[in-house]
This record gives sequence, C-alpha cells and structure tokens, in this order.
Amino acid sequence: MRPAGPAATLLIGATVIAVLPVLLPNEYYLTVLIVAGLNGIIALGLNLLMGYAGQISLGHAAFYGLAAYTTGILTATYHWPVPAGMAAAVALVLAVSALIAVPTLRLKGHYLAMGTLGFGLIVYIVLNEATGLTGGPSGLGGIPRLSLAGRPVTSDLAYYYVVWAAVLLCFAVAGNLVRSRLGRALRAIHTSETAAAALGIDTERTKIGVFVLSACMAAVAGTLYAHYVRFVSPGTFGFAASVQLVTMVVLGGMGSLWGGLAGAVVLTVLPEVLRALEDYDIVVYGLLLILCMMYLPGGLVEGVDRLWRLVTARRLRLAPPEDPA
Amino acid sequence: MSDLFQYILSGATVGATYGLAGLGFTVIFNATEIINFAQGEFVMLGGMLAVFAIRWAGAPLPAAVLAAVLGTTTVGVAMDRLTVRPVRGRSAIALIIVTIGVSIVLRGSAMLVFGKDAFSLPAFSAGEPLSILGAALVPQSLWVGGVTLGILVGMKAYFDHTIAGKAMLACAYDRKAAALMGIHVENIVSRSFALSAMVGALGGVILAPITLTSYDVGIMLGLKGFAACILGGLGNPFGAVAGGVIMGVLESLTAGLVSSGYKDAVAFVILLLLLFLRPAGLFGRAHAERV
Repeated sequence: MRPAGPAATLLIGATVIAVLPVLLPNEYYLTVLIVAGLNGIIALGLNLLMGYAGQISLGHAAFYGLAAYTTGILTATYHWPVPAGMAAAVALVLAVSALIAVPTLRLKGHYLAMGTLGFGLIVYIVLNEATGLTGGPSGLGGIPRLSLAGRPVTSDLAYYYVVWAAVLLCFAVAGNLVRSRLGRALRAIHTSETAAAALGIDTERTKIGVFVLSACMAAVAGTLYAHYVRFVSPGTFGFAASVQLVTMVVLGGMGSLWGGLAGAVVLTVLPEVLRALEDYDIVVYGLLLILCMMYLPGGLVEGVDRLWRLVTARRLRLAPPEDPA
Repeated sequence: MSDLFQYILSGATVGATYGLAGLGFTVIFNATEIINFAQGEFVMLGGMLAVFAIRWAGAPLPAAVLAAVLGTTTVGVAMDRLTVRPVRGRSAIALIIVTIGVSIVLRGSAMLVFGKDAFSLPAFSAGEPLSILGAALVPQSLWVGGVTLGILVGMKAYFDHTIAGKAMLACAYDRKAAALMGIHVENIVSRSFALSAMVGALGGVILAPITLTSYDVGIMLGLKGFAACILGGLGNPFGAVAGGVIMGVLESLTAGLVSSGYKDAVAFVILLLLLFLRPAGLFGRAHAERV
C-alpha cells in the first residue's frame, strides 16, 4: 500500500469530517466530537513537542486554560469583541510560553517534567485564587458565542465544523513542519542534542520554537472551548487534564501526527461509550499509560501497523507458491 | 511575635514530612537516576493504610503503623518489579510516563477502596499542647521531629556502615562498575524502592494526626517533596529534609501573613526559581547537576 500524500491525506480527513455528523444517532455525540477535536488540536501540538522533539510537558492544560480564561474575561467582563478576545488570548499564551520556555527548556528529562508541572500548578492555583478576575473555584460564566461574519455560531453542527476545520488546519501546519528542515532538526534533537548541535542546529531556539508553537495550539483550542461551552472553571485545566493530554499522545503514538489525533479522539470518545466505568476511569488511564509504555511504545499507530503486517504476512504465506515454469 | 513563632513551628512540622517525601525521591534517584512521580502516593498510602487498619481491623495504633509501613513497602517493591524494571534503560520520557501511570493507578485504587472522604489518625501520644514562647506545640509535632531525625540518623548509619548501604551508594556512583564488583544491581534498585516507600509511608503516618489524609493528598505532598529535594540539592538526603523544613516554614508564613489560598503556590514558585537559577540546590555543589 502506497502511503497517501499529504494533500490526499487532508482530503480524506476532510471528507470523513464532513460526512460523520450525518451518521451520528443524536446531537449529543456532536458535543463529544467537538471536545475530541479540541483535545486533538492540543494533542497535535503536544506531539510535536513530545514525539518529535523528545521534550515533555506536564503543564499543557495550563496554556489551554490560560487562553480560555483570557478570552472569557475579556469578552464577558470587558465586552471585547470575540475575535479580539481570542487573538489576545493566543498572543498572551505566546508571550507566556516564550517566557517560560527560555529557562525551562534548558532543563532535561525529569527536571523539565517537574518544571512544566510546577508552572501548570501555579496557573491552576492563580485561576482558583484570583476570584475578582476569574470567579475562583465556581468559575466564570456569561461568555458570548463565537460569531463568524457577524453571525453567532449557535448550532452544535456549525461549531463542529468550525472546530474540525481548525483541527485540519493545525494538522496541515504540523504536517508541513514535520516534513520541513525544522522537522528534521527536531528529530535530530530527539536522537541526540549534542550531535544535533554539532551539525549546526540551534537546538535551544528550535526547542523554544516548538514549545511555543505547541502552547499556541493549546491556546487556540482553549479559545474555541471558552466560546463553545461559554463557561470556564479551574477544574478543567488542572494537573489531571495535563496528564490526560500526555496520555492521548502516548496512547495514540508519539512521533506520529495521526497517532496523537487518534489518541485524543479515542480517549475522549471511549469514556462516553464506557459509561459504566465511572470512577474506574482514572485507574484505566493509569493502566493504559503503563501498559502502553511497556508493550506498545509506538502507541495505537504502532499497534495498527503491527496488526496490518501480521495480516498481510499471513496472507502472503497462504498464497500458493508461484510456478517457476 | 508569638504568632510568627507559631507559624514557624507548625510550618516546620509539616515541612518535615515534605522532607521525608523528598528523602524518598533522593533514595530512588541515587540508585537509579529516576524521579519517581509516584513518591507522593507512598506518603498517601502510609496515612490511609494506617487509618483503615484501625477502622476495618480494629488494630491498635502501633500495629496499624507497622502494617501501613509494611504494606506501602510491598507496593514500592511491586512497582519496581512490575512496571519500572520492564522499561529500564529506555528514555527519560518513558520512565516519567510509567511512574505517572503508577501514581494514577495508586491514587485511583485508593479512591475506589477507601472512598473520597478525608480521614484523621489519632495522635501518637495524648497530652496538652506545650507552650513555647507563647506558641502552642502539639505533642505530635515532637513525634514528627523525632521520627524524622531518627530516619536521618538511620539512613546515615545504613549508607556509612552497612554493606547493603554501601552497595547502594556504589550503584549510584557507577552502576556498571558496581555490577563488575559483584553487586546485584537489580536487587539494589528494588531495595531502593522499598526504602523509599518505607520512608514515604512513615512520613504519611506521622503527618496524618496533624492534617487530614485522603486519597488525593499524594499529588501535592509528592510535588512538594520534589521541590524540597531540589531546594536541598537532588541526591543529598540531609539537603532534602532541610529543604522540606525551609519550604514548610515559608509556606506557613505565606499562609499566615499573606494569603492561605496562595500557600501551595510557594513551593512551586521556589521550585521554578531554583530549577532556573540554581539547579544544584542550596546545599549542592555546582557539579551535582546530573542530567
């Protein structure tokens, strides 16, 4: 099977996205898919950081939340127009992530994990405590709807298309990046930072760049979240959320854009399907993380790939030997 | 003035348990260079197992403490054998993710088994709070201080005077050389998980009578424990405990003098500043950074 080219991939993706709502039994699944799309955007960015550059972030939910709150506060409390609020939110996250990235990405491995984790918790605590601005633990409501060309996006179906258009856009951007010189630089850093530096790659700037890009993708998802749900509260953006995002990337497949996206969709849809899990879901997440790392480090993508090879290999063996004559 | 002293006393008490959590990080890090993200869950398990040994089995307090420490130690060893050993030698990201996975499983299981309520453990000894310079000191604080000191002295003796302790130090220094000297590295690593779980559980048990314990206290205690060992210089047991006490005091002062809501942020602001400015810690030498 010849792998599809980038343009064809996007086309297939767009078709699936366009047709999917028709197949859904009811409106509720649309909501699930919108959330899956938002998670997918973050997972795409996080995968660039984790899967390609080999740097971990345990604080990505903080960027998601920072953006959601920024646009929420600007539009609900200060009555900014929605596009201005969203732009300001992404700009703020860009600035904050760049500021954080410079010292943080000097750290490696465990130190980096703890550094990003600490940052995430500080943001979480501030969201809870700055009650005057954020509404504290009870959250912030009254956020206006997104409007496109002067018309508010009211139906879930319309919002679904908005969100998944954003997913496709991010996928295209990430895909281009991965295939570019920069993408090769990221993989070189992943393999060996020293070797990458010796080959003339500015490792520090590259790492900071990809960190900021992935934070901005989380910010885009955050603004879309805020104007969809129209209510934000700190609980959505805590440590558990950061871990969940990492789980999506790991389960889907680090270093495969499809994988990250698939992981996000699976982990968003799965709990909805397995309602019976309820309180057990957290244990299942943990087990998924451990088992995935132990037996399937390439995630779902690797699993599907192995399965495919198993199937095709068997078929080859079963085929009758060709007659040499 | 007496208020200030009160903040310092209660901060130091809580800080000692951060120190013990930090000590746990140190032991595993020294033997394996792994940061165990499930360290806080050992502290949680210590407290919770003791509470439920009393509630369910009606065990007397000393037996409950013993059961909790042994139980947690077993969990620590099981964690090493079942989850850490299979991914050893892989990238740091793999190890981080596995230990995070374990912490989630432990926390989730504790929630399912013990419920979501907060519990308290009876104080180890009865008695009125002592009054020192106008500040009240509950007897349990003395237990915390005593046990922490005891563990530190015990650790020092273990690393300085026993073959097993020296073998662990040898692994920390150079794993390959240690293996060549006939040290069974895998066993030492298991032992470091056992020791670390034991120290963490003890911290959880002695803290439980002062603050409430519940299934989800592990995240914060673990992170603060990590901040404590970064403050003291990663790999240095005395630094970890000193770092914990300093952090506990700062936190308590923030709660008392600034705002109780932001007290949890103190640890992380300190953590970030240290990581950025002085990764070797307050008491560490410049070359102690191991990455």
